[in-house]
Amino acid sequence: MLKIKNIETFYGNIQALKDISIEVKEGEIITLIGANGAGKSTTLMSLSGVVPVRSGSIEFLGKDITNKNPDEIVAMGVSQVPEGRRIFPLLTVQENLDMGSFLRKDKGEIKKDLEYMFELFPRLAERRTQQGGTLSGGEQQMLAISRALMARPKLLLLDEPSLGLAPIFVQQIFDIIKRVNKENNTTVFLVEQNAYMALKIAHRGYVLENGRITMTNDASVLLNDENVKKAYLGI
Amino acid sequence: MKLDFFFQLLMSGLTRGSIYALIALGYTMVYGIVKLINFAHGEIYMIGAFTALIVSGVLSMYGMNPVFIFLIAITAAIIYSAAYGVTLEKIAYAPLRKAPRLSALISAIGMSMFLQNYVLLAQTSDFLPFPELLPEFGFLDPVKFIISTNQFLILVTTTVVMVLLTFFIKFSRTGKAMRATSQDRDMAQLVGININKVISITFVIGSALAAIGGVLISSHIGQINFYIGFIAGIKAFVAAVLGGIGSIPGAVLGSFVLGITESFGTGYISSDYEDAFAFVILIVILIFKPSGLLGRKVSEKV
Ligand SMILES: Nc1ncnc2c1ncn2[C@@H]1O[C@H](COP(=O)(O)OP(=O)(O)O)[C@@H](O)[C@H]1O
Ligand SMILES: [Mg+2]
Repeated sequence: MLKIKNIETFYGNIQALKDISIEVKEGEIITLIGANGAGKSTTLMSLSGVVPVRSGSIEFLGKDITNKNPDEIVAMGVSQVPEGRRIFPLLTVQENLDMGSFLRKDKGEIKKDLEYMFELFPRLAERRTQQGGTLSGGEQQMLAISRALMARPKLLLLDEPSLGLAPIFVQQIFDIIKRVNKENNTTVFLVEQNAYMALKIAHRGYVLENGRITMTNDASVLLNDENVKKAYLGI
Repeated sequence: MKLDFFFQLLMSGLTRGSIYALIALGYTMVYGIVKLINFAHGEIYMIGAFTALIVSGVLSMYGMNPVFIFLIAITAAIIYSAAYGVTLEKIAYAPLRKAPRLSALISAIGMSMFLQNYVLLAQTSDFLPFPELLPEFGFLDPVKFIISTNQFLILVTTTVVMVLLTFFIKFSRTGKAMRATSQDRDMAQLVGININKVISITFVIGSALAAIGGVLISSHIGQINFYIGFIAGIKAFVAAVLGGIGSIPGAVLGSFVLGITESFGTGYISSDYEDAFAFVILIVILIFKPSGLLGRKVSEKV
């Protein structure tokens, strides 16, 4: 479904991604784990077209999307929940969700999806008319995920959804990710520092170090790998 | 009599405020979306006035009904100014979007000078008489010592425009996209908003409002030259900063505060200081409220 081939991304003269190749198959949950500053967010931003890649190519559903405009990439079915959630602070919860379905025209279906989001996260329903910026961190994460799902993405990119959340929210967020993957057959590309949780729900994983992929395997294999254990699982 | 004078000043303050508001909205909306002070915005207003002058001049030679002349002239001014505004963005600002802020600012000042001098050369530095485009009507006669039909029309037009704009920003799909873009541009892209389109639309709206202001006030005052945009532009910019740059209600409030202060200041203190009042209240308000009357404190993202 997604084929990232040898991409390199720079910020000015600083190279953030070095020869990255990642493949995601339809229906999978894959995870990209790595330390702070490894280049995880840059990978997702390159995929979404927000940060240009200098070389290499990205193919989605057989079409080349390298350096396409972000809105065209969203239109093809790739939605991102960026790091830090990035809720529109002065838009209401409802308006934030409307923005999620910005490119859709199927009013009836949008309404159904909205109901589905409120079923997934009843708290959002309660806070519908409240400004996004007034929500708690956990609620903002729920809203960020719902906003991305409102686009009905084929591929959902999640950037550290557990960051800064209380453990009870973390569990809930991971449960939802699994549920969305199963129920809607949404393919998930999960970026995490919380390697243990991520590898638990993912089918496969990639390890990113200093802008390079150093390891890839089935998630269950990575969970038991000595190096991964030492570096990312704190065991 | 004293009371009459007071109301005259109030009306002229509101009229001024309306015009400032029509221009200030362009500054504040553009700032909200691209974080740039569009210093050439005053020139867009001036170009709107010149367009109306030329179009109405041609049409009146054919002896057309004055109301039609007014409507056609203002429509032409809106279209022409909007085209200038969008072109300005594409040529002078879009290529610098990723460059340091100062580059775009210098580019804006350059465009302002360029447009002024271009009109100076194409026209003349003298004031040109501007026709009475605004229709006169009789029902205000009983209060005409307080408010003229011109002032009335300016106030009504401005109010209608503001209400329409508010509804557009609040409820339309594009309006929501504009708000989202001003709050977080990258995130706006990530939900599928084409920000190039949003930026163009912002320049179209800002320029159109400035053109409306330009035609209304020129018709009221009766003369224009290439320099009117510079003065009005600075005043409107002060109004936008007063209200809190980036805030739409702020720009309107700041404009009326400025217009009324100027009007009462010149009426009760001295007309010698007409242009100084703007800066006095700007300084006073910014001392007590650095983000402007309705501005939000924004933490700079790096
Ligand atoms: N906007 C930026 N400008 C310059 N350098 C950046 C920018 N964003 C990230 N970087 C650098 O790129 C590298 C990768 O960052 P990032 O992708 O955010 O890592 P991660 O998400 O894995 O923590 C880091 O060295 C970081 O300092
Ligand atoms: Mg990151």
